[in-house]
Amino acid sequence: MNDHVTATRSIRRRLIVRLLASAAILAVILFLVVQSFGRQLGQESQDNILAASVTSVLDAVTVQDGALNVDIPYSAFSMLGNISDDRVFYRIEQNQAYLTGYEDLPFAEGLTTESQPAFATEQYLGEDIRLVTASRKLSLNNQPVVVRATIAQTRNGQKQTLRQISQTVLFLGIGFFAIAMVLTFYAAQSTIGPLRRLAASVSRRGPQDLRPVESPVPSEMVPLVRSLNQFIGRLKKSLSQSEEFIAEAAHRVRTPLATVRMQAEVTLRRVERDENREALREMIRAIDESSRAAGQLLDHAMVTFRTDHLVVESFDFQVLVDELVTRLRPIAELKEIDLGWQMGKPALIKGDAILIQNAVRKLIDNAIKYSPTESSIKLTLSQGRSGISLQLIDQGIGFPEKDFELLTDRFVRGSNAQDTIGSGLGLTIADDVANAHGGSLELKNNTEGVGACVTFYLPLR
Amino acid sequence: MRYLLVEDNVALAKSVLDRLSLDGHVVDHAATLETAQDYLRKTDYDLILLDIMLPDGDARSLLKSYRMAGGKTPIITITARSEVSDRVGVLDLGADDYITKPFDFSELEARCRAVIRRQGGMANNIKRFGNTQFDPLAGTLTVSGQKVQLRNRELRLLEIFINATDQLFSKSKLVDRLFSYEDDVAENAIEVYVRRLRKQLEGSDLNIVTVRGMGYRLSVS
Repeated sequence: MNDHVTATRSIRRRLIVRLLASAAILAVILFLVVQSFGRQLGQESQDNILAASVTSVLDAVTVQDGALNVDIPYSAFSMLGNISDDRVFYRIEQNQAYLTGYEDLPFAEGLTTESQPAFATEQYLGEDIRLVTASRKLSLNNQPVVVRATIAQTRNGQKQTLRQISQTVLFLGIGFFAIAMVLTFYAAQSTIGPLRRLAASVSRRGPQDLRPVESPVPSEMVPLVRSLNQFIGRLKKSLSQSEEFIAEAAHRVRTPLATVRMQAEVTLRRVERDENREALREMIRAIDESSRAAGQLLDHAMVTFRTDHLVVESFDFQVLVDELVTRLRPIAELKEIDLGWQMGKPALIKGDAILIQNAVRKLIDNAIKYSPTESSIKLTLSQGRSGISLQLIDQGIGFPEKDFELLTDRFVRGSNAQDTIGSGLGLTIADDVANAHGGSLELKNNTEGVGACVTFYLPLR
Repeated sequence: MRYLLVEDNVALAKSVLDRLSLDGHVVDHAATLETAQDYLRKTDYDLILLDIMLPDGDARSLLKSYRMAGGKTPIITITARSEVSDRVGVLDLGADDYITKPFDFSELEARCRAVIRRQGGMANNIKRFGNTQFDPLAGTLTVSGQKVQLRNRELRLLEIFINATDQLFSKSKLVDRLFSYEDDVAENAIEVYVRRLRKQLEGSDLNIVTVRGMGYRLSVS
């Protein structure tokens, strides 16, 4: 059996990673948008006040007595002062010649029309300033004269406001991300839920449980569950067909053999002549041989089939051996053979109980078959840390030394077994069953006295 | 003992009937489930031999309903199907044992004896001949109050003689009944068991008499 399944990353993890990444991107975008909107808003409000201020300064320029008179109104600066404690600079020019204010104050380029003031951000005296430049045309001594005014304000207040906004937005973003995280875990959990429940209900099943899955599932999982049910159905059908076929085949072969055997026995009772009696006995032996061979072949087919589909369950190996001993004791008693067996501690193992029973039965059958009358067979179950072994010691003919390697091959019989009916499949079956469970079958001759010593070993899993 | 044999194969049923009668049992035969049910309603049996595949259905249903109704009689099922799958079948349904066709009579006898013994034999099976008592289920012989445990073949040989005292048995007839066909035994092997049984019967009112050139018979003095 191949238990290996290639696993890629879990759906739950993928879902969480993707949803969290989306939430993080959204949070960053939110942060940037709100921050730039705040900056823009701050700048616009500063620009509006600067524009109002420069307009009121220019409005206050008058021509008096043939000269320009600049009387800067108090309100022009007080409205700027409203914003914060920022410093304010100004510079007024007449036809691009310095008139009053800070002489080195830069001005905004790109002043096009009279009505539209121009704005710029510059460095002045080591501070960031926002400045506005506007101009006004006047007539002086019938000469056109252009008065240009520039008003600048440091941006500390605006920066502080921006910092506050940024901080608030940062908290907002983090909060958004945290809520998204909680929702993500919840969503991932509830999406995976039905899958988990399905997996649990399928893996909880016993090996014999081949019923279809009937509990309701989300519509996306319906094709999967439908396929699973179809697969379970096919497996069930194939299992029961094979077992049914083998059972039916056995029936077909054995029933006529049983009739022939009975007739032969009835005839034997009436016949007196020795040669006829001998012929009838031969016939009965031949029938027994073919029925046993048919049985062994079918058992072998069943074992081969089942080792491919091991039905693993937990059971007490000791109880299984005890049942077999009880069942086979009458057969052993016919030959006055004593089956020595004692129950001890429970021996729980995992495996296919039907296969293991078949294998152990073959071993006890063999021991009885090859033992002389009035002998004994001893069965011992011993538990180690790694496994359980059943040892059968008989006083029969044992194994020929040269055959040890071959005896578990199909249709191979010991060279000393010609006088006993057999098919050469019993040890093959026991060996196959042991191997299918990761165990082994060991054949030896007794070191003391005569007879065989067979050890059937199964590992604990 | 009273047996019920449920088996539809006439030839098989007849030879089983013959053989069981030889052993001194009274056997009723039913060829269908329906007849079997009729018999079971009217009579108490010591043992039921039940073929699984019958013309009017699967006898496992009979087995199940009989056990559900509290029937205690031991049941041995007869099947020609594969043994591998029957483990999870008849024994779980309440059968005491099963035997696979074709079977040897000695095996059938042995299984019948085993399930009846497991059930706990009834006292009225004990047979008395003068100073000797024979309990076939326990396999004991009591001669003048001295109890002797018989071995399997001694017991079966004595049963053959006791069920037909004064009848002459040839060596070959005894071989047929005492050994399975699997054992390739010579007829004089029977002499060994006759000698042993005689030894167990020493001092008893039962005697195994040799009829020269013919065989043996059991006489009660």
